[in-house]
Amino acid sequence: MADPKPRVKVPNTAKAGEVITIKTLIDHKMESGFRKDKKGELIPQQIINKFTAEFNGKPVFSADLRPAVSANPYFQFTVKVAESGTFKFTWVDDNGSSYTDEKTIKVEG
Amino acid sequence: MHMTRRQAIGLGVGAAALILAGPALTPALAAGPTADEAIKAFTGGAEAKAAKVSLSTPEIAENGNTVPISFSVESPMTSDDHVTEVMLLADGNPRPGVATFHFSDMSGEASASTRIRLAKTQNIVAVAKMSDGSFFMDKKLVKVTIGGCGG
Repeated sequence: MADPKPRVKVPNTAKAGEVITIKTLIDHKMESGFRKDKKGELIPQQIINKFTAEFNGKPVFSADLRPAVSANPYFQFTVKVAESGTFKFTWVDDNGSSYTDEKTIKVEG
Repeated sequence: MHMTRRQAIGLGVGAAALILAGPALTPALAAGPTADEAIKAFTGGAEAKAAKVSLSTPEIAENGNTVPISFSVESPMTSDDHVTEVMLLADGNPRPGVATFHFSDMSGEASASTRIRLAKTQNIVAVAKMSDGSFFMDKKLVKVTIGGCGG
């Protein structure tokens, strides 16, 4: 399977001190470990188990995920931005890989 | 007993729903902490008051595979008074833990949305941990038409 593709929405600009909304989504089947294949054997669990958002290197939001999070895990959350900078988003897969995406924001005033 | 046609159809639908729900309830997989135990572990035994947290869920979820859930917690979100964590639980799932969210004083608001899986009709619980160590919670019932844990 090709690497899951993250999709992130961050506003391009904001005013200093503004609370912005960020939306993130990543393509991932979030195999729950409860499903069975055609032979009736359990398909092993493989999920995104951790999501983190950093702003200029500082953690601002993170989530620990369990199999009850839907496929293609989606998060919407807020961040109060005081300065221009870069958001870095990381998703950690049960198989040890991690997927990242970055977005910059310009803060005025 | 005499049954009208309508009642007969209703019974049939009910039986079909039971058959569909059956495989989701494999007891061997249901091991692990219950929702109450998970809350206790999270709060360290402290009482979570039913206040400040507001959980927003659909009343009826047609598809348990993706149920939109959002919550927000009343808090000034300053460095000395903010929400640090919010734990989401679904008490009727094979494993009740759904996700735990970590906030910081840069979060602006203690709110988030996501989509979750629900195996059947059940309560969703959100427990918030504040930076002063107190706990608050909210609970909502979601009716699920088709469960979302495979089977």
